[in-house]
Amino acid sequence: MSAKLERLSQILRIVFDGRLHSLAEDRGEVTIEVSAEDYLEVARTLRDHAELRFEQLMDICGVDYSTYGNAAREPGRRFATVLHLLSIEHNWRLRLRVFSADDDFPVLDSVCELWPSANWQEREAFDLCGIMYSGHPDLRRILTDYGFVGHPLRKDFPVSGYTEMRYDDEAGRLVYQPVTIEPRENTPRVVREAGYGDAGHV
Amino acid sequence: MSEIRNYTLNFGPQHPAAHGVLRLVLELDGEVVERADPHIGMLHRGTEKLMETRTWLQAVPFLDRLDYMAMMCSEHAYCLAVEKLLGIEVPERAQYIRVMFDEITRVMSHLMLIGSHAFDIGAMTMILYTFREREALFDVYEAVSGARMHPAYYRPGGVYRDLPDSMPKYKPSRFKSEKQLKEINAAREGSLLDYIEDFFERFPKCCDDYETLLTENRIWKQRTVGIGVMSPERALAMGFTGPMLRGSGIAWDLRRKQPYAVYDRLDFDIPVGKNGDCYDRYLCRMEEMRQSTRIIRQCIDWLRKNPGPVIADDHKVTPPKRERVRGDMEGLIHHFKLFSEGFHVPEGEVYAAIEHPKGEFGVYAISDGANKPYRIRLRSAGFIHLAAMDELARGHMIADVVALMGTLDVVFGDVDR
Repeated sequence: MSAKLERLSQILRIVFDGRLHSLAEDRGEVTIEVSAEDYLEVARTLRDHAELRFEQLMDICGVDYSTYGNAAREPGRRFATVLHLLSIEHNWRLRLRVFSADDDFPVLDSVCELWPSANWQEREAFDLCGIMYSGHPDLRRILTDYGFVGHPLRKDFPVSGYTEMRYDDEAGRLVYQPVTIEPRENTPRVVREAGYGDAGHV
Repeated sequence: MSEIRNYTLNFGPQHPAAHGVLRLVLELDGEVVERADPHIGMLHRGTEKLMETRTWLQAVPFLDRLDYMAMMCSEHAYCLAVEKLLGIEVPERAQYIRVMFDEITRVMSHLMLIGSHAFDIGAMTMILYTFREREALFDVYEAVSGARMHPAYYRPGGVYRDLPDSMPKYKPSRFKSEKQLKEINAAREGSLLDYIEDFFERFPKCCDDYETLLTENRIWKQRTVGIGVMSPERALAMGFTGPMLRGSGIAWDLRRKQPYAVYDRLDFDIPVGKNGDCYDRYLCRMEEMRQSTRIIRQCIDWLRKNPGPVIADDHKVTPPKRERVRGDMEGLIHHFKLFSEGFHVPEGEVYAAIEHPKGEFGVYAISDGANKPYRIRLRSAGFIHLAAMDELARGHMIADVVALMGTLDVVFGDVDR
């Protein structure tokens, strides 16, 4: 398997000479990172190039890196869109990560014209992470409620949300109101330093 | 002359053929569907967000609640992802147990699908037969994990416990005579493996029965042949996987092409369709159940011969034995740490995909070294397949939409997450 991955990395390096921000091989998976400007062209080449042939787009997801490792991020490294591509012909996978330059209003080109399966997945990434996809034919919310405000998978969105819904006896209908429950955390999230728990670690 | 306009029909969110909660806005020209716009999210529970707030181990039960027709398969993908991040080895016996239960789950999922698909189209009897067999498999789940529906049986590092040596039996009551009791307990005298073997001994016969009801049934064929045809090229572009892709004639199965667990050591065939319509996909699934039976038989043989541990021995990740917790200081510390803070997963990201009964189920996990996932992304096949609803339904009659819903094999826990 690893010889195959090496071949894939080699082809990627040759085809995208200079356009790759990084290429990493980790745990048997290849990840490449490109800039938002090159994204659409790189995606097109990945699909059409005879030696790559990623004819299937498995997954698109938005990631909010703002609290990653509990450390501060430099600007332009908050919202990433991660694509998982699969080539049936060559039987290999690739992960493509693109950061949106603007943290307050992340925008990225849409890949709907390349892979029709991107349509709903980009809608989902827009809905949950708030990344806009320019050129998307129908960028509506998909999973959250009609009239929902906010993007739940952003790290600054509380788990309990902002509004709750209940049946109001007097009004005789469902009403929205600010949440009344306090979010609580049973197990705190901890990032331990390297080597914690190993024998001899002080 | 009066103005002619298209009729817009709201299908769902509560509809017996919607397989859960789907609101489908259909634009009709007479009886022909011009445009189908599925509105999903009625069952959105924010699983991905919730998993970020739980430790890696606490996240396992969420996976059961995704596709509640195929519970253990989703767990498998998640465990594979965590194991890949941690870099731990799963004992061979645990891998065989997982494969066996994956296939049992596949049979359960397909039974549900074929039963309800036929039921939606009007073949009432099918669902009664398939549920009879599903019931027996639920008993297998219950015997092994204590839960019929949401087992949380797979754990990072292996499975929760070994297969039990005895099956729970029906108890005498005033509703059952001695003779009846003996009859229903007949298969339950031995171990769980005996019970599973007995079931899969008679299961091919059940498949034959289903096929006599459906395969050559004229009404069934009229309702499914040539409905929802997907060309192989289009199926690839739409991101189809699993039986939806194989129905279009592409022999792509992760169990073969990118084998995980012990699938590379097992002998089975991949059924492939020809025309890419509802009928071919039905035939594929029917054959897949027979192939699953083959796999399960091989697993039973292996499991009988090879006793051994079923969970990794690394107590930084897996809980130590109860005796060690009681009698050994180190065991106590491991147990306490594991169930309070949880284990830490090294920084990194992985994508683990398995061949779920419905297609490719992938878990993309990002860890920043904490005791909780930084981000979990669940790639479910149902979501992608439902996105093709518009394309499949265009130009078909409204009654065919129901057939399409069935063939897409969507489960809303999976679609809405």
